[in-house]
Amino acid sequence: MKSNAAHERSNMLDFSAEEAMQTLTESVLRAYRDLPAPVIVGIYTGGAWVAERLRRTLGVAAPISTLDIGFYRDDLALSGFKGVGSSSLNDSIDGRSVLLVDDVLHSGRTIRAALGALFDYGRPAHVRLACLLVREGRELPIQADYFGREVRLDPGQRLKLRGPEPLALEIL
Amino acid sequence: MRSLQLHSDGRLKHFLSTEGLPRAVLEEILNTADAFMETSGRAIKSVPLLRGRTIAMLFFEGSTRTRSTFELAAKRLSADVLTLDVGLSSTSKGETLLDTLRNLEAMHCDMFVVRHADSGAAQFFASHAREGVAVLNAGDGRHAHPTQAMLDVYTIRRHKGPDFGRLRVVIVGDVLHSRVARSQIHALNILHVGELRVVAPATLLPEAVQALGVTVFDDLDEALVDADVVIGLRLQKERMRGAFLPSEGEYFRRYGLTTERLALAKPDCIVMHPGPMNRGVEIASDLADGPRSVILEQVGNGIAVRMAVMALCLGRPRASL
Repeated sequence: MKSNAAHERSNMLDFSAEEAMQTLTESVLRAYRDLPAPVIVGIYTGGAWVAERLRRTLGVAAPISTLDIGFYRDDLALSGFKGVGSSSLNDSIDGRSVLLVDDVLHSGRTIRAALGALFDYGRPAHVRLACLLVREGRELPIQADYFGREVRLDPGQRLKLRGPEPLALEIL
Repeated sequence: MRSLQLHSDGRLKHFLSTEGLPRAVLEEILNTADAFMETSGRAIKSVPLLRGRTIAMLFFEGSTRTRSTFELAAKRLSADVLTLDVGLSSTSKGETLLDTLRNLEAMHCDMFVVRHADSGAAQFFASHAREGVAVLNAGDGRHAHPTQAMLDVYTIRRHKGPDFGRLRVVIVGDVLHSRVARSQIHALNILHVGELRVVAPATLLPEAVQALGVTVFDDLDEALVDADVVIGLRLQKERMRGAFLPSEGEYFRRYGLTTERLALAKPDCIVMHPGPMNRGVEIASDLADGPRSVILEQVGNGIAVRMAVMALCLGRPRASL
């Protein structure tokens, strides 16, 4: 039985999920050092795990909110309705600062859908995006404000985050 | 019925009856409805899931509540909704059901919600609809009313939790003429309900009702003992003209649900009714409006459950059609 880190390395990633988490945490901490605590919204499921870690590090007392974007996807005709988990926005986001969190930023379509969903809950003052990993292959003009690591993979490969404790990355 | 309702991969294609569906399909409907309950609580209640799809409401038989909750469900999914009062239009001019279907298909409708006085009408539509068009049964004759049954089991699950095995459910009233009861009985048995009791005068019970998986009681008081859920059925007044019943007063005395009688049930027993209610016939007003009644909640739950069924039937990849 290999350790998570060794397993990841054998799949061509030269870092572990926890190392990426560490980098992400540091840059988010720096950014919010002098700012009021944001409403932390994690995209179900992987993004919610990363969001929970950021919440603890930032010392935000309010529980994280989760967003399932199943009803907002733009690929219904391509891949079908896969069902959804529940969203739960615990705080009003009107006029607040929102930190939107996902595990992997790739095409940008998930974030586009998440922004659509978010604005059906209210009108935030601004939204910043934190992603554990950013992967080459953007199809929309969406970038992360904070991220852990950048990765480049073959088009057929998929990155999967396992969690919540510990976080581990797998290439499928 | 099962093969007509499901795609080869086991996912829902049409929703015509609860009978014969796998438990996993019913649970997927309930779980999806949970997510729609959440979005229905927001200031902006609609989601863009079915944007650009067209859903036609074909109500060959009158209905207010069912039709308006189906319409609202479709609108909250951002679908375009076409409501046809078919009772007043083509069919009264002699157009056949098949012609109605072909004409609406020519308008590129993606889903038909069908209510009809004849058993099997929705099934007829489903078996003749072209690939990719889904049919939902909003009540056909005495046969089935599956979305009503699902909103009822959904309401039970919200109050009693997901383990139906520990529940004792009582259905009281005109089971013979009730498509709601038939669909409820199938759904509850598929979800492995602990015990399902049916109470009605012998003239209002279908033949061989026990074969559906219920225990029959003639005495309401006996049936109510330790019940977790009591469902009253509408007494269809038009039946009074036949030889089914002595009088409304007599019916209420023997089979009417009252607060006093509910004392025999468990203290947290909930009272349900699919509506419209005949107050003072099958249920006393103070019970219908009292703290144990979840009758109005059923209506709201109906929107989420109908959204779930629409999302599951229409949320299919076009490539696989």
